[in-house]
Amino acid sequence: MNREIVLPPVKLAPSPRLSFGRFFAVLAKEFIQMRRDRVTFAMMIGLPILQLMLFGFAINADPRHLPTLIEINDSGPLQRAIVAGMANSTYFDFRGAVHGLAEGEKALREGTANFVVVIPPDFERDVVRGRRPALLVAADASDPTAVGGAAAALQGIVAGAIGQVLSGPLQGLAGGPAPFSVTVHREYNPEGKTSTNIVPGLLAIILSMTMTMITAVAIVKESERGTMEMLIATPVRPVEVMLGKILPYVFVGYVQTVVFLVAARLLFGVPFEGSALAFFLGFNLFILVNLALGFLISTAARNQMQAMQLSVFTILPSILLSGFMFPFAGMPQWAQWLGSGVPATHFLRIVRKVMLKGGGLGDIGGEMGALGIILAVIAVVAMLRYRQTLD
Amino acid sequence: MSGIAPAGAARSAVIAVTGLTKDFGAKRVVDHFDINVPRGAIYGFLGPNGSGKTTTIRMLCGLLTPDDGQGTCLGFDIRREAERIKEQVGYMTQKFSLYEDLSIRENLDFVARMYRLDRRRQRVDQALVDLGLADRAKQLAGSLSGGWKQRLALAACLLHAPQLLLLDEPTAGVDPKARRDFWDEIRRLAGQGVTVLVSTHYMDEAVQCDFIAYIAYGKKLVDGPAGEIPRQIGLVTYKVEGADLAGLEAELKPLPGVEQVARFGASLHVSGTDAAALERVVEAHAGDGRRWRTEEAGLEEAFIYLMAGARDNFARDAA
Repeated sequence: MNREIVLPPVKLAPSPRLSFGRFFAVLAKEFIQMRRDRVTFAMMIGLPILQLMLFGFAINADPRHLPTLIEINDSGPLQRAIVAGMANSTYFDFRGAVHGLAEGEKALREGTANFVVVIPPDFERDVVRGRRPALLVAADASDPTAVGGAAAALQGIVAGAIGQVLSGPLQGLAGGPAPFSVTVHREYNPEGKTSTNIVPGLLAIILSMTMTMITAVAIVKESERGTMEMLIATPVRPVEVMLGKILPYVFVGYVQTVVFLVAARLLFGVPFEGSALAFFLGFNLFILVNLALGFLISTAARNQMQAMQLSVFTILPSILLSGFMFPFAGMPQWAQWLGSGVPATHFLRIVRKVMLKGGGLGDIGGEMGALGIILAVIAVVAMLRYRQTLD
Repeated sequence: MSGIAPAGAARSAVIAVTGLTKDFGAKRVVDHFDINVPRGAIYGFLGPNGSGKTTTIRMLCGLLTPDDGQGTCLGFDIRREAERIKEQVGYMTQKFSLYEDLSIRENLDFVARMYRLDRRRQRVDQALVDLGLADRAKQLAGSLSGGWKQRLALAACLLHAPQLLLLDEPTAGVDPKARRDFWDEIRRLAGQGVTVLVSTHYMDEAVQCDFIAYIAYGKKLVDGPAGEIPRQIGLVTYKVEGADLAGLEAELKPLPGVEQVARFGASLHVSGTDAAALERVVEAHAGDGRRWRTEEAGLEEAFIYLMAGARDNFARDAA
């Protein structure tokens, strides 16, 4: 009642097109809500660490210490060097010797050994004479992942052992191809550690997941609870609402990335070889793409549950088709095409190039371009849909 | 306050629209709606659920763009100047639409920022004192009871001292005492020159309004000063007192000319629009020992009549 006496009447001036004050109010409100929603807040910070632990430690596509049996039909420095080299590689754990093929096959069948290595008679002599004798490795291939890495490494180990032992006039032989068909270059990850490869890729997955989902849910929450109706009845402009709502999650993305980089360094010793600027630009572009995607989802979802489900739907391709889980080049052509439309594919490459291969801005041009195109497409579709949903 | 209205705007009409129409897909939600709301009036929107009241209110304050029709709200064009209208309108949504996870003060402060109010802190403090919530300012809005939420929502609507209040079923789910207090506040505001447009389906609230528009299925059926509504409908009412009214009610209902039988305390109100047919019914019951007397139909009878007939009216219109 005494409101009129205490305070001067409200001045009604035409509102400016855009107001920093209103934008800031939405931003501040969003941060308060974020802080009060303990579960989501914990998820945003805890999720990167949890995922890092799970994927980094638990998933191991390149297992070591596989039980191995050996049948030695020749003896000499070369054989000893090969056996020592294999043991040192930590791929193979020698559990004993076998005599005859049947014994080795039985061990493989029963699962007591993953490998049986047979060094044929006169192996060293044949090597010296340049006859390229076959070093037979029988592997239990029922789990290809389990033995793939070890089998691939074998060639290098044997070549190394031969190089050590053979010297002088025999050195020319050392370079000759060993009788193994699998060839793998491990130029950027000489130890073949899965975590070095998987951990940087994980950043792409974590950002995809949280950025898209949280943005979509935050926007949908506003219309589901009816607060959007109050908001748009005030003079606030849509762009102030959108920026105010989205920027806090950009900040969350920054926090997640810092947490992630520190954890990757401390827990897994993942190096950061390349240009910080290239990483920074790539990562910001990728966050933008995900926010736009979250925004797009919010225009389609009626409630938070739908927003969540649609977000999960977009996350699966990020995991399966981006080259995170399976090598990109190994996928069929149509899957590669699909994968090229997934933002995580390109960010994954940026991260691996920059963190592991020491790449700079010049190396990630293609990926940045692809992300730019994806962003433009998503943003256009989202804006078209947003206009429809206002009415 | 009158200095704010731009020159050329009709002084007396705060809202003046004609032919307002809105379709959602194939469904016509609002069908050629006209209304004139004079300054300082309390204008009631009545009608069953889904009759287009909310959509009409949303079009008036610029939340929705009409598919057809034109007009002004506070002197601004509802199609082109929605942003200006929003600055001077207080819109209270049907559902509580403040943030449940913000405190009472944070909510008011947020709304004040949306309107870019000067002396924000003082205005929010004052609103908290007026509300009687000054000592609970830090409590989350979500923890308030229905009545308090409604008062908070109204306070938030009033922060920027709007000239026009649009209230969409403001007292749904609020206890009778809080409803009475709410209406006292509405009356006080109207006395200060604030125009109030309120939708409701409570009869006791409708009788508080100066003007009433009755809407069903997107069409306006009746519109005018509250006192003239029964005459507009042309309703004739007989009041019956005596024994076994329940039996009489069952007996009267199927008779021609009897369109409505409603119980009001110890009497039965028998109404119809066909005076001659109703008179024949009354004459046939003249000697049954009950007291029959004709009475001018009140707003109550009119509303019951409108509510009950909404579907039929619409069916007739559509045919």
